[in-house]
Amino acid sequence: MTPNLNLWLIPILPLAGAAINGLWGRRSSRQAVTTIALVFSGAAFAMALWVAARFASIPLPYQEFLAHWIRSGTFAVDFSFYLDPLSLVMLLVVTGVGLLIHIYSVGYMWDDPSYYRFFAYLNLFMFFMLTLVLANNYLLMFIGWEGVGLASYLLIGFWFTKDSAAAAGKKAFIVNRIGDFGFLIGLFLLIRHFGSLTFEQVFHSIAPMSPETAEAGVLTAVGLLLLVGACGKSAQIPLYVWLPDAMEGPTPVSALIHAATMVTAGVYMVARSHVIFERAPMALTVVAVIGTLTAFFAATIGIAQTDIKKVLAYSTVSQLGYMFMACGVGAFSAGIFHLMTHAFFKGLLFLAAGSVIHAVGGEQDMRKMGGLRTKIPVTFWTMTAGTLAIAGIPGLAGFFSKDEILWRVYQASWIYWVVGIVTAFLTSFYIFRLWFLTFFGEYRGHADGAAGEHGHPAHGADRRHGHAGIHESPPVMLAPLVILAILSVVGGYVGVPGSLGGGNRFEKFLDPVFRPITPGLNTQHNAPGETNPPEQQSEGTEPQTSHATELVFTGISVAAALLGFGLAWTFYYRNPQLPERIATDLDGLYDAVVHKYYIDELYGEVFVKPLLDGSTRILWQGVDQNLIDGTVNNGADAARHVSDQARHMQSGNLRSYAGWIAAGSAVIIAFMIWMGVGR
Amino acid sequence: MSTDNFSSSILTMVTFAPLFGGLLLTIFPRRDRDVRIFALVVSLLTVLASLHLPVHFQRAQTAFQYEIDRPWVSTPNIHYHMGVDGISLWLVLLTTFLTPLCVLISWKSVHERVKEFFILLLILETALIGVFTSLDLFLFYFFWEATLIPMALLIGVFGHERKVYAAVKFFMYTMIASVFMLAAILWLYAQVGSFDFIVIREKIMSGAVPGFASAAPWLFLGFFLAFAVKVPLFPFHTWLPDAHVEAPTAGSVLLAGVLLKMGTYGMLRFNLGLFPEQSLRNAPWIMTLALIGIIYGALVAMVQPNLKKLIAYSSVSHLGFVVLGIFSFTQAGLNGALFVMLAHGISTGGLFMLAGILQERRHTYEIREFGGLAAPMPIYAASFLFIVLASVGLPLLNGFVGEFLVLSGAFQARAVYGILAATGVIWSACYLLWMYQRVFFGKITVPANNSLSDLSGFEKAAVWPCAVAALVMGVAPLLWLNAIDPAVQSALTPFAQVISKVVGR
Repeated sequence: MTPNLNLWLIPILPLAGAAINGLWGRRSSRQAVTTIALVFSGAAFAMALWVAARFASIPLPYQEFLAHWIRSGTFAVDFSFYLDPLSLVMLLVVTGVGLLIHIYSVGYMWDDPSYYRFFAYLNLFMFFMLTLVLANNYLLMFIGWEGVGLASYLLIGFWFTKDSAAAAGKKAFIVNRIGDFGFLIGLFLLIRHFGSLTFEQVFHSIAPMSPETAEAGVLTAVGLLLLVGACGKSAQIPLYVWLPDAMEGPTPVSALIHAATMVTAGVYMVARSHVIFERAPMALTVVAVIGTLTAFFAATIGIAQTDIKKVLAYSTVSQLGYMFMACGVGAFSAGIFHLMTHAFFKGLLFLAAGSVIHAVGGEQDMRKMGGLRTKIPVTFWTMTAGTLAIAGIPGLAGFFSKDEILWRVYQASWIYWVVGIVTAFLTSFYIFRLWFLTFFGEYRGHADGAAGEHGHPAHGADRRHGHAGIHESPPVMLAPLVILAILSVVGGYVGVPGSLGGGNRFEKFLDPVFRPITPGLNTQHNAPGETNPPEQQSEGTEPQTSHATELVFTGISVAAALLGFGLAWTFYYRNPQLPERIATDLDGLYDAVVHKYYIDELYGEVFVKPLLDGSTRILWQGVDQNLIDGTVNNGADAARHVSDQARHMQSGNLRSYAGWIAAGSAVIIAFMIWMGVGR
Repeated sequence: MSTDNFSSSILTMVTFAPLFGGLLLTIFPRRDRDVRIFALVVSLLTVLASLHLPVHFQRAQTAFQYEIDRPWVSTPNIHYHMGVDGISLWLVLLTTFLTPLCVLISWKSVHERVKEFFILLLILETALIGVFTSLDLFLFYFFWEATLIPMALLIGVFGHERKVYAAVKFFMYTMIASVFMLAAILWLYAQVGSFDFIVIREKIMSGAVPGFASAAPWLFLGFFLAFAVKVPLFPFHTWLPDAHVEAPTAGSVLLAGVLLKMGTYGMLRFNLGLFPEQSLRNAPWIMTLALIGIIYGALVAMVQPNLKKLIAYSSVSHLGFVVLGIFSFTQAGLNGALFVMLAHGISTGGLFMLAGILQERRHTYEIREFGGLAAPMPIYAASFLFIVLASVGLPLLNGFVGEFLVLSGAFQARAVYGILAATGVIWSACYLLWMYQRVFFGKITVPANNSLSDLSGFEKAAVWPCAVAALVMGVAPLLWLNAIDPAVQSALTPFAQVISKVVGR
């Protein structure tokens, strides 16, 4: 008998918090709102820990039925939940990082007049995100998928009186919808060919197939369509454009939704669908190529941004690209590993950036920062941990996961690896650039500078009023920073690769999920005892390369990181005039990078403008008003001239119309009686 | 015995209760306030009575229920034949659900000829319910035309600036199209000797109607044209934006919420029910028009400067989904079509009420007159967003379930149609969220908007039920689907036989 875990409570708890704060928060005190928000998200985390503690004794995958949802003919979708090592990892990351960011937000948002609304949205986000990772079928996952998009929309546009924030929220939702369109079509294909959207049933039907069987085309199509959805949610080329704009939202939102959790949903979805992708090599290659391109492309934009959050935003896009690269070469657990470490260090970097912004009175332009090292020491040290982790300095979380990815992609193709190494160098460069610009040199701003992020004029005034000069953040904000900093340092040790003397425990933990399903044999129904994989079988087809080779590659990636550090040190610490000179020399190229290659402008000219103009001039005014209405009115005019009698019909007098109906009805009835008599 | 009597008279009660109330209203209360209260009570009693229908409905059973069949006129042979199945049941409920909300939303906004207004509203309700409950074609046609007069008067007397133009346009369009249906009905009567839907259907299926094979294409078109104009299907839709813009709020709610569904209901019941073969043959171009309507309606909605016109064009888009689902001849498509009909009634009804609330305060629907309203009207803004999300088709709200099923069905029938129609999920997000941004976000640009009052008690009572219904329908769609599904299944049974006869499937 399977134990009942009541998994459904995990998403429902934050929903309850959102409902309570959303409905009554406006009239409650800040303390009450805080209590509700933290208790409910904390309870979800506690439950996740409890599930993790019992995890060894649960037969996997664990499934739980809650209620029927949609039923149409033989097609059925339920509210049912699914737990396996993959969803457990996601569950812990989402609830854990989520709780930390909730705590941080208490300090960060305390002065905001819409404090309750912020936490209602944040809890709502947790509900949808947890639904997404715990769903046992694609449609329930889609609820979470669209729902996190909604939460993202609400939170990006949180300061709605600011036009740019409102526009950014809308843009995020619409671009995501473009992705969801692909996702939906993918689901329709699954329904058409497999009659179900339940993971277990779909994967069970797919397992016996291979790239050579007749259904290969369908699987490729499904894979590509799901990828469209993933590109929207995880901000990959060509749908990444919404994520940098999403920085209009409050910084904790950027940390939680637009770095640590929601944007990784695409990676999770691809990993969850590995059974499909493994049998669709072409789709998988596209995943890898898109990931590689995005990783490199976004990193190049990141090096020239001056807004501290924009740097981190492009960095996030780039790091998500790494995760897609990993999935694209079939190294799903490496991708998920990086997803987890990235959640730690990027969440940390964003929160620390928020603490910096908080310290300098809302300023986000790094050119107006500098020398903050001594003034906000805790923020500095924690951010340093995050910086080292993302740069790939050995021993920290980001090092292990990125190294694992680079090693795996090299086995697929050296091109991926080369781009990956160059991106690693760029990553190191832009992040140390940020670090030097923010914390070193002379302070270049005004402590009482105008509110940058905080669009609320009243809010900015409050903030200035409350704090004088540059100041460290309150403990409620620093505590999450410290915890995340520790995780960024040690979080990678769960997955130390064999070549570095580790046991690669993370990969082994995920192995039951990604272990190839042998055709005809459904491993989903394995006995509980078999969930621990046999030692010899590790993921994919790892060739017996010597550890020495792997170490050489590790050395190269460390060198790339150090090179990036050195360059950033030269440019932004040793010789701060240099970047300006180079920028002038590289005129055109630099300009293009600063303006993000004019992609937004391009989309505007190619898609948005023609659509609006065409709809207005051709469809509405052309077809609707001139063609259809014009024809009808001309016809009516013509009819009017036929006889004077008819003109009375157009007189517009309703009473006379009533008369006409009465007369008409009389004729009709008379006609019918006549017919009846005539029979 | 007594339950049987009640069971056969309940439909009559539900259908005519509002009319009866309306007639009483002509004599009884005089003061405007009493008129309003009376109308509200009548409409609420009708809701109560109509709740009997789903509660005692035999969900697994596909035949018509609560049937009553009495001879009415012997020559011609007209019967008073009423009944509902899992398809019409919910449309009756939709009508009775929306009417009290219309009364509430008109409470303050109608202050001239109050009595006439509410009488018309109640008469309209009876006519609308009658359309869905009639099983006799003559009776059906009677109710069908009877909806026109109160609706045209509501627009023409209680509307805005160009009300007469709009009322006439509405009236002429739908009246002229209906004539073709009347001709088709009369032909059927001449051949069968009965107006009874079930009798006619059986005769047609058993091939006992002389000359049917050659007449069927024309009969199909006769019915279809009347329904297509009502839906309205592209390119017959141009009466709709004008009618909506000029109509009073309650008129818009019932127009979009229920009256348009008469068209799609008619297609399902009569086009599919009586002419399955013709339906299959004509499906390609009908689906094409539906598809054009989905995309065209959405794109034109996007660029409307007028809030109400925007919602009106969005209806063209949504109703396109319904027609697409119906003519996909799939279980999912038809279930979804029904569900979209109900969901659209609730969410668009809600949107029109919300637009009316704004118009009442500012006397304009122009979007550029607004902006930044979320600050002075937070509750209104939140309610509006909720309904917008329902209309956008956010999962767990009612719009999603129907759209998903329709698209899934259309995709199974003809993949290209499903794919193109699915772009609707992008368009709806574009036009609704852009509109929402322009009305509610940013800073207030027009000073008059600074002092706008938030929702009043009556307005909350009118709008919030729509929000609650949208949520319940999204979370527990089975409450509806498990009655719809068997009815749709039986509606589709003739197609299994016909499909083999038609080439190209």
